[in-house]
Amino acid sequence: MDLKLDHHTKDGIEVVDVEGEIDVYTAPRLRELLIELVNSGFYQLVVNMEKVEFLDSTGLGVLVGGLKRVRAHDGSLDLVCTQERILKIFRITGLTKVFGIHDTVDEAITARKAEK
Amino acid sequence: MPQMATVEVSFTPLPAHVRTARLVATAVARRSGVDEALLDEVRLAVGEACSRAVEAHRLHCPAEPVRIALTDSAGRFEVEVTDTGGDGGDRGVTADGLTAAVAEPGGSPRLEHGLGLAMIAGLADDVQISESPGGVSIKMSWPAVGLGR
Repeated sequence: MDLKLDHHTKDGIEVVDVEGEIDVYTAPRLRELLIELVNSGFYQLVVNMEKVEFLDSTGLGVLVGGLKRVRAHDGSLDLVCTQERILKIFRITGLTKVFGIHDTVDEAITARKAEK
Repeated sequence: MPQMATVEVSFTPLPAHVRTARLVATAVARRSGVDEALLDEVRLAVGEACSRAVEAHRLHCPAEPVRIALTDSAGRFEVEVTDTGGDGGDRGVTADGLTAAVAEPGGSPRLEHGLGLAMIAGLADDVQISESPGGVSIKMSWPAVGLGR
């Protein structure tokens, strides 16, 4: 399973749907997409990881890099994930403290709007 | 004489082959009787160790293959990833360090490597990292019921 990327705007927030494996080989494509979105003026991002089958530290690095970029524009990058195998990776690296992690895209958007 | 590995793989240091190494390691782990619940950890830890080695080779010796040895012995499934890319030079990064790196624009570009080692330490049941002037060897193991080879 390779990496499939898609994105759409919902309630003024750009939702990035990620499917497949994010690893040292595929992560650069996610990095490029996040950079492209930020360069196009999208600073409120939600990355939907519900269909991610594998995530390694390179993928985590790309997400952290994306967060840095949007924060430079007072933006946000929230995650949607309920899969235990992926959540565990955020826990063992301490990144649950860095990202807002939500159960659904709608919940992530609602939480982000409430914070504004 | 050291025991022969059950399966050995060597691959050119390209990111695309890390996935192959993960798949092979997971298949051999399953065959060795590693509990299904631990296979995700094996897959991730092996992927991290291979990613690190690939990066080291690309920087220092792109013509040399990365080697991975998978051994099933005495109730353990052991993985050794060996690179010849010089003495590491990337040490572990803590969660606090990461948070700081996020807060600070233009933070450490080597972040992912330390993160990879932190993940290996968090995932493998037993880890030994040895460094020599020639390269780094990461040896990891998990319990296996030993279904034979």
